[in-house]
Amino acid sequence: MSSSTPFQTNSKVIKWIEARLPIISTIDGALVSYPAPRNLNYWWNFGSLAGFMLVAQIVTGIILVMHYTPHVTMAFASVEHIMRDVNYGWLMRYAHANGASMFFVVVYIHILRGLYYGSYKAPRELLWWLGIVIFLLMMATGFMGYVLPWGQMSFWGATVITNLFGALPLVGGDIVTWLWGGFSVDNATLNRFFSLHYLLPFVICAVVFLHLWALHTTKSSNPLGIEIKGDQDTVPFHPYYTAKDAFGLSVFLMFFAYWVFFNPNALGHPDNYIEANPMVTPAHIVPEWYFLPFYAILRAVPDKLGGVLAMGGAIVILFFMPYLDFSKVRSAKFRPIYKQAFWLFVLDGILLGYVGAMPAEGIWILVGRIASVYYFAHFLVIVPLISWFEKPLPVPESIAKAVLGDAAKA
Amino acid sequence: MSPFKIGAAALLALGLGAGVAQASEGAHMEKLDWSFNGAFGTFDRAALQRGYQVYKEVCASCHSMKYLSYRNLQDIGFSEAEVKALAAQYEVPALDEVGDPTTAKAKPSDRFHSPFPNELAARAANGGALPPDLSLMGKARVGGPDYIHALLTGYHEAPAGFVLPEGKEYNAVFPGNAIGMPKPLSDDQVTYADGTKASLEQMSRDVSTFLMWAAEPKLEDRKRAGVKVMGFLGLLTIFTFLTYRKVRRKVQGH
Repeated sequence: MSSSTPFQTNSKVIKWIEARLPIISTIDGALVSYPAPRNLNYWWNFGSLAGFMLVAQIVTGIILVMHYTPHVTMAFASVEHIMRDVNYGWLMRYAHANGASMFFVVVYIHILRGLYYGSYKAPRELLWWLGIVIFLLMMATGFMGYVLPWGQMSFWGATVITNLFGALPLVGGDIVTWLWGGFSVDNATLNRFFSLHYLLPFVICAVVFLHLWALHTTKSSNPLGIEIKGDQDTVPFHPYYTAKDAFGLSVFLMFFAYWVFFNPNALGHPDNYIEANPMVTPAHIVPEWYFLPFYAILRAVPDKLGGVLAMGGAIVILFFMPYLDFSKVRSAKFRPIYKQAFWLFVLDGILLGYVGAMPAEGIWILVGRIASVYYFAHFLVIVPLISWFEKPLPVPESIAKAVLGDAAKA
Repeated sequence: MSPFKIGAAALLALGLGAGVAQASEGAHMEKLDWSFNGAFGTFDRAALQRGYQVYKEVCASCHSMKYLSYRNLQDIGFSEAEVKALAAQYEVPALDEVGDPTTAKAKPSDRFHSPFPNELAARAANGGALPPDLSLMGKARVGGPDYIHALLTGYHEAPAGFVLPEGKEYNAVFPGNAIGMPKPLSDDQVTYADGTKASLEQMSRDVSTFLMWAAEPKLEDRKRAGVKVMGFLGLLTIFTFLTYRKVRRKVQGH
């Protein structure tokens, strides 16, 4: 079963196009004949799911913008107009608001899959870095999107997060004023957040394009972490992974639909159904759940600037993964110690998320600090040490041999 | 990796969401078995109409509901003529033929009449406290209708040692327990048009139902659509799985 048959056609029209712009063969190479490792497991579904969520967010977002008004006196009321008077407006808004959460669920799993199977290692460093850039852009987009309904949590979340830039020495205060476009979060802030919230998804699309370009250059990693050695190791993307991704998407859509149709406000905060009021501060200002681990790290450091640096560092440190982990073996499947460290890291992330949702008092301060230190220790101490000392298990000769047994003509 | 593990990871992620909700939790409140709970839940029309009566006769003297229009009441079973008559009880600002300000009878398309012209007037009439708009109250508090019900039935004598500030009353679920709103409902406060006995419990449940409807008027549409969507996606999942299983045999030899 040869995987990558080059693009062929008898159609004169397609030949005419191809001679001028090889777009059909490029799409074919990316989605049809793309040689994918034959052993990809379900964790490899999450890349295409992330792509689906990006498109879903853009489509629902464009429709919402047709009815939304970005002005401090009208934004909240225009969201209620969408919920009450626009045909299926409730569906668009709930799909968009919960869609942000779904996008982050999918992307977190996608990132963790990369960490587990060593997808960041040579020759896929650029692929990994582009992925982190997408993640950062998503965080900025998600944060600014949460401000647009102009509820209490929108306003106070925006105030708290933009104020973080004030911790920078010398220029901090000026930067905050510049970000706000005034001396507090106000109409100018809402307008620029709206503008950028509309812009950034298209920037994400561009980086996704680069991410896929890099992917199709280095080819997909796989659960065994060994490179493709020949045609016997791969299958064409279509129909094998188109069918698998379609199945994965169906299951995922049920999960998504549960939130949208039966529990649409569970992932949000009730305070955001109160219109923004600069004179009233909510009892607890909490960000959306997908920021909570980083929020916990921010609050774990007693110094404001230190907290901001730690929060930024928690993401920046991902860029260094290809060098912090210098084990010759990619997949955690053959790395008994790294595998345990990985799951401890996942637990630490969940614990940080929990701490981020708790008020910063009592035992939570201590737990947050320990979990934050562990977060950085994982990258800076544990991973390099494991790369050094761990004795990996023997790695199979080829993908085909591991999957099909010795029967395969390797 | 098995789909089971994917599910487990997803559930862990959800745990975080639940954490957010709990983080701002106030005092204990009873979780009631509302007719609109669950995947097939619907609003009880009679309860909605009684709840509107309680709002109109009691709550509306201090609380606005500025995101609702009289026409919306047709959704809870009032006829077009009834809504027209209801709206006509209120006066709204208008202009006469020569452009001078006057007032006119409200139309079904007008928003609910607000008891106070502005926030200052509302505060001045309520000892400095602002009665919040009730349009979204069913979603704007942790617990939603459970919270509203617990609040309306939560007026007690302050426990010994609790210092109640001047002009406040003790409420078991209100954050801080000192609430500016005087106990709004007592037995037989209203006389229900449908003859239902107007106990405190009954009125509280009815108005909580009404406020949940007001906050989420598309709840029934949403759940009905959700059941259909889930059915469709269930079938789609079966078919996509069967398709995948067919091609998978060729990839992995089993």
